[in-house]
Amino acid sequence: MSMFRRTFPRKARDLRRYPGFRAMTWACMIFLYGPIIVIAIYSFNEIRSITVWGGFSLDWYVMAFKDELIQRAAITSLIVAVSASTISTCFAIAAAIAMRRRMFRGREGVFVIISLPLIVPEIISAVASLAFFVLVGIPLGIGSILLAHSVFCIPFAYLPISSRLDGIEPYFDEAARDLYANGWRAFTHVLFPLMFPGVLSGFMLAFIISLDDFIITNFVAGPGATTLPLAIYGLVRTGLTPEINAISTLLLGVSITFVTLSYLVGRMQARVSP
Amino acid sequence: MADVVQPALPESTKRRERAQRLLRATLLMPSLLTITAFLVAPLFIILVYSFLTPGTYGGVIWEFTPNAYIQFLFERDIFDDSLVFSTAYLGIYGRSFIQAVVSTSICFLIGFPTAYFIATRPVRQKNMWVLLVTVPYWVNLLIRTIAMLFLIRDEGPLNHTLIWLGAISDPIHIAYTYYGVGIGLVYSYLPFMILPIYATIERFDFRLVEAARDLYADRWTTMWRIILPLCRPGIVAGSLLVFIPSLGSFIAPDLLGGGKNLMIGNLIALQFQGSRNWPFGSAAAMILMTVVLVTLVFYARQQSRAKVRLH
Amino acid sequence: MKISTASHPTNAANLSNDRRRRDSRGDIGARGTETAVAVESVTKIYGEGARAVRALDAVDLLIKDNEFFTLLGPSGCGKTTMLRCIAGFEHLSAGRILLFGDEIGHLPPDKRPVNTVFQQYALFPHMTVRANVSFGLRMLRRPSAEITEVVDRVLALVHMEQLADRRPNQLSGGQQQRVALARALATQPKVLLLDEPLSALDLKLRQQMRLELKQLQVETGITFIFVTHDQEEALTMSDRIAVMSEGHVQQIGTPEEIYERPINHFVADFIGQTNFLEAEIERIEGGFAICRGPGGARVVAKVTDGCDVGKRIDLSIRPEKISLAPPSGEQGELRGIVERPIYLGTDTHFPVRLDDGMIMLVRVQNAHGGNQPVTVGSAVALNFDAGAAWVLVD
Repeated sequence: MSMFRRTFPRKARDLRRYPGFRAMTWACMIFLYGPIIVIAIYSFNEIRSITVWGGFSLDWYVMAFKDELIQRAAITSLIVAVSASTISTCFAIAAAIAMRRRMFRGREGVFVIISLPLIVPEIISAVASLAFFVLVGIPLGIGSILLAHSVFCIPFAYLPISSRLDGIEPYFDEAARDLYANGWRAFTHVLFPLMFPGVLSGFMLAFIISLDDFIITNFVAGPGATTLPLAIYGLVRTGLTPEINAISTLLLGVSITFVTLSYLVGRMQARVSP
Repeated sequence: MADVVQPALPESTKRRERAQRLLRATLLMPSLLTITAFLVAPLFIILVYSFLTPGTYGGVIWEFTPNAYIQFLFERDIFDDSLVFSTAYLGIYGRSFIQAVVSTSICFLIGFPTAYFIATRPVRQKNMWVLLVTVPYWVNLLIRTIAMLFLIRDEGPLNHTLIWLGAISDPIHIAYTYYGVGIGLVYSYLPFMILPIYATIERFDFRLVEAARDLYADRWTTMWRIILPLCRPGIVAGSLLVFIPSLGSFIAPDLLGGGKNLMIGNLIALQFQGSRNWPFGSAAAMILMTVVLVTLVFYARQQSRAKVRLH
Repeated sequence: MKISTASHPTNAANLSNDRRRRDSRGDIGARGTETAVAVESVTKIYGEGARAVRALDAVDLLIKDNEFFTLLGPSGCGKTTMLRCIAGFEHLSAGRILLFGDEIGHLPPDKRPVNTVFQQYALFPHMTVRANVSFGLRMLRRPSAEITEVVDRVLALVHMEQLADRRPNQLSGGQQQRVALARALATQPKVLLLDEPLSALDLKLRQQMRLELKQLQVETGITFIFVTHDQEEALTMSDRIAVMSEGHVQQIGTPEEIYERPINHFVADFIGQTNFLEAEIERIEGGFAICRGPGGARVVAKVTDGCDVGKRIDLSIRPEKISLAPPSGEQGELRGIVERPIYLGTDTHFPVRLDDGMIMLVRVQNAHGGNQPVTVGSAVALNFDAGAAWVLVD
């Protein structure tokens, strides 16, 4: 083995290295981020042209902010996102605690049901929800959007919370109970503080999933309500404008920030045991 | 020592265990009820609808008929009312299937080297790379598709740059073709090919590679015979995570297909919007759902320990 | 299975109010004779049907007040399960547990006035040392002035006053263990349960903590129930030990009783080292059994009840009770050939192969320099006092 080391240079020696893989990775990154970066760049272009750079300008952003339709859509999106993520996070906390550790009959079935929104193709969920609301007589508007969003936000909130809970050893609960805390107080004083990064991470993820949703929202919104993705889609139908670039870049920025924060928060205090 | 007959539990234990079960059920109720009421029930409604008659202005009339499914395969001749085998809708399903397979393959060709590269980086770099790969996925699919459309359309920056560079004289027509849809699908779901493969390679024991090389195998033979087969679980998981959403995709074919390259998702959507044939849309949805379920069951059986991570 | 236990009266008339009374002689007889914990026929079964596991099988224990009581046994013997049942973390499948006469089996852990020191300490990572130690008192809603005073006192007891504002991840293993101890003692429980608390510490620290724990128990007068698999630990610290195996209590007694008069093979073998000798009882005279051992050797052993003449039994002889001498050729001598000795610093172990092939271990102290005047292959006689051998009844 030592003779091997002396006669071959380090690069060739690395048995794990494959030529071209590094290039492919960079190509992949460019592919993933290219369109996003391009659209962001053009959102700052003073003039409408693709070919000519007119100078840095926030005009399109101003226009987007002033647009009443966009404003209404943004507010609706925010209301729905905050409500749906709050509701689904609470439900997910309860469910994650119930599913913790112990095997009980039907545990796998429960997990399937909770994951169902992730399994069913979104278009099918969308039309099924529409048919359901119409049949039951629920009016299509903010309410129906909120209901539909609450459903698919649950698994997204559940996964980070459940994962965090798995890392919390059972002896913390036991110690709290041993020291005269009843079930509820053991939760508020010990379990919840320890699982909080997971809760926060789940909440943020649910929030952004709700904010970004298009397909399901498109079908259950009805004529009255509009969310940001819906408004953008409507604008795109009539032709790509720089205003769309601006709104898109904004929304992208928000999304990326939230997702990154959610990830970082989830990794906070990663080790909960000595 | 195992004991077949167990003594009766004391009352206090029975009471406590019952209370525990009640608590667990209460904690699970909100989530389960919500999902059952607003997803499971609607799915059953769609199932029923697929056997009903379409109403004049949309909706359904409660008359049972298998027409929706028949319409899928056959057309009624307007003259003699006989059924003629039609490939219109089958074609859509077929093309969707092919699109999904092709984009899955491309995702694999791009995704596997990427996943491998990332997994073999030093630890601190790894997390950064993983974050970079993950973030685009979670970020608004609609907007990412719009961005892709913006980029590749005839008047878009890509074509302009290529023309400016002199590489081509006329714009490459990608947008609004099925190539565009394909690119859109790959763009949408690539991260989900990368992540499961990354997870598998991360756990891979590279001493096996050393053993193979020691036995005179070259790089590519090692890849083909050792690494790929042992990474099969991750590859299969990633492929599923790309294939299934691609099959039911709506946004990519809608924005990038230009109304001509309909996939299953568009077909279904159409029935509930313009065409107003809810039973037919339901039938189409049910067929898609069946394909998805069959694929999943097949996958689950393949795993002895069914750990299904999905979109 | 006979369980050796001293009987003690739970006579109400003998109840002493002051259970914290310290005794200078440290004599068991002078302490409270009240029963702190009574375990009555407790069974714990995990799982169902064919895969059910009996972690505890109709276990009976009587643990006295102000006693350092140890549950000792190998992994899986049920000692930790027993502890958890007393603490309330496990439901009983059958039986009762009484704390100073009150039944507690139906109570959740937060309603039982017992506290636990966990093997992994279980200090709350998001709280300071002070917050950890005061947790129980806060849950009991004691006035804050009292809490502060008690926390300071108990931290002083474990020598951790300086580090009161640190977090658990800033403490060493030994320090965490003291905090865990303080936290469990702060609420003055009637019984303190310790689940292998020293197992994560290194040797020197462990030996030091053994002394400190013992002293703590004497000072506070609280009943300690201690779980360990380390028999040296059990012997040095305990007032009484319950040796457990596979869900059953094998023997309960003082360290000396367990060591010198083990009740069965398991206990004899688990505690320290011993030699088993097959023999037949020829006659019984005044508490001694005259036995015929291997090769016709004559062995005089101590005996309890349950022995009949002519019965074939096993004898247990501890290695340190045997001495080596040149064979004298007398009738009834136990003879053998010395095999390769093992030098251990403080003493030397001599494996001696008897005529029938069995190997006996003899332990000789290296009182006079390292090398013993016994060489490999030499023939020796094994001598021991009458009564050094002990008859195993099972």
